[in-house]
Amino acid sequence: MSFEWPWQYNFPPFFTLQPNVDTRQKQLAAWCSLALSYCRHHKLYTLDVMEAQESPVFNNKKIERKLSMEAIQVVFEELRKKGNLEWLDKNKSRCLVMWRRPEEWGKLIYQWVSKNGMVNSVFTLYELSSGDDTEGEEFHGLEEWMLMRSLQALQTEGKAEIITMDDGKGVKFF
Amino acid sequence: MDRFSWSNGLLEINETLVIQQRGVRLYDGDDKAKLDVGVVLLSTHRLIWRDIKNHECCISMPLSQIIFFEEQAAGIGKSAKIVIHLHPPLVNKEPGPYQHSKYSYIKLSFKEHGQIEFYRRLTEEMTQKRWENTPVSQPISTGTGYFTTYVLLSSVSMQGGRTRAVGIVGIERKIEEKRKETDKNISEAFEDLSKLMVKAKEMVEVSRSIANKIKDKQGDITEDETIRFKSYLLSMGIANPVTRETHGSGTHYHMQLAKQLGDMLQAPLEERGGMMALTEVYCLVNRARGMELLSPEDLVNACKMFESLKLPLRLRVFDSGVMVVQLQSHSEEEMIASALDNVSEKGSLTAEEFAKLLGLSVLLSKERLLLAEKMGHLCRDDSVEGLRFYPNLF
Repeated sequence: MSFEWPWQYNFPPFFTLQPNVDTRQKQLAAWCSLALSYCRHHKLYTLDVMEAQESPVFNNKKIERKLSMEAIQVVFEELRKKGNLEWLDKNKSRCLVMWRRPEEWGKLIYQWVSKNGMVNSVFTLYELSSGDDTEGEEFHGLEEWMLMRSLQALQTEGKAEIITMDDGKGVKFF
Repeated sequence: MDRFSWSNGLLEINETLVIQQRGVRLYDGDDKAKLDVGVVLLSTHRLIWRDIKNHECCISMPLSQIIFFEEQAAGIGKSAKIVIHLHPPLVNKEPGPYQHSKYSYIKLSFKEHGQIEFYRRLTEEMTQKRWENTPVSQPISTGTGYFTTYVLLSSVSMQGGRTRAVGIVGIERKIEEKRKETDKNISEAFEDLSKLMVKAKEMVEVSRSIANKIKDKQGDITEDETIRFKSYLLSMGIANPVTRETHGSGTHYHMQLAKQLGDMLQAPLEERGGMMALTEVYCLVNRARGMELLSPEDLVNACKMFESLKLPLRLRVFDSGVMVVQLQSHSEEEMIASALDNVSEKGSLTAEEFAKLLGLSVLLSKERLLLAEKMGHLCRDDSVEGLRFYPNLF
């Protein structure tokens, strides 16, 4: 399934940061949703700002427009404000993209667990992200840091507990 | 000029007046005579000249002195002239303003025209030679002997004065002569300029009277011609420019100026879609004024008065600092709506394309697009190809 670009992607002004405040807000909202859906489609969890500029998201070769470095920073900052992005370094050159927030992931995992009647059982993190049972689930292939965040979110809700095992970490659902 | 002798200005018994013309200046050869402007009279026997102010100052010359005469056309700042070539002075001539002259011709310079009629009548008199048929009573020549001697003496002295200059003195004299010549040329040149200034006002008067005539539709001029002529006049000038001299300085001057601007800018503004950049206004106004140029500062000050004087014009300052004069009726909403319409129709527009479409200056069309963008109707695409405006689809 190929990625479906939004209409804005072929609209040249989309690639210029609009000076009008109202227009810019709508533009940024469109950019945020595009960036997130693109990452989700390609299952991207980390982004490098330098690389991002060359990625098809921010560079539309067909209409010969690309978003400037400054504009990308603005978009990322907007994403951070919404809780979908975290910077990995102080220079803001790499970031974690969370097209689904940890709570949402946790909810998904918990739903799967309860659906399969496996509450009160223990899983290793590997089993959850790469096990045969979870194949076909959305959280299959989730990066470990993301999985940890999701489980931590569940833990604060009291629905799971992370336990340390000999060869790594495990989790028990309640 | 030495052919003239003093006269009482009265005609003799058999003499009749043919024509007289005011505003005539006499030239001794190529030099201006040391007499003012006056009236020249042509009688059947004589050419008479009288000072316009001092009627005692009157000189005359018999027509028999004239060999032939010719016309000299008017030039820029130069009146039309009639050049009259003369026989050598009569030996028994009565005294006149000039004792002797190096020229054998005089010129009549017609400051107030009339040279054509004068020339015609003079031609008539010269062919009819009426002075021969009815001779006037011979002027009583007093002291003939004395004058004869004088003339002889003066001719001798003149020859003496023309001694060839040799050596350093000669060179010096030549340099001096050259300097005088240049001096004369320069003063003549400036004289022309000041005359031009005077003439400019006359020109304006003339054009105004023509304009009024056209307005009243005197004569059969077609509508088309009227319009064309009016446009010439418009580009030529305003009837009577408001100047600091006529209206003093400060607020009053600016108020009058604003009123005049209001009158003259109405039509050009309507033509240009209701808005003009201040620089454009400045050029237009000064071209129209011709001689009495406005300073940019005065123009701005006058434009600021539009509102308080309740004139249908407004000075508008855009966010970018660009100043324009616009019609009051020219509403912002309409302007934005038209910008949006144009952009929507074409898909996208640059300021240049928009300017071409509306016949506006690029600067102004850009201001309109920016305004529409500010109101959220347009958005921009700033790329290497330039700034392009699109309808705001966000």
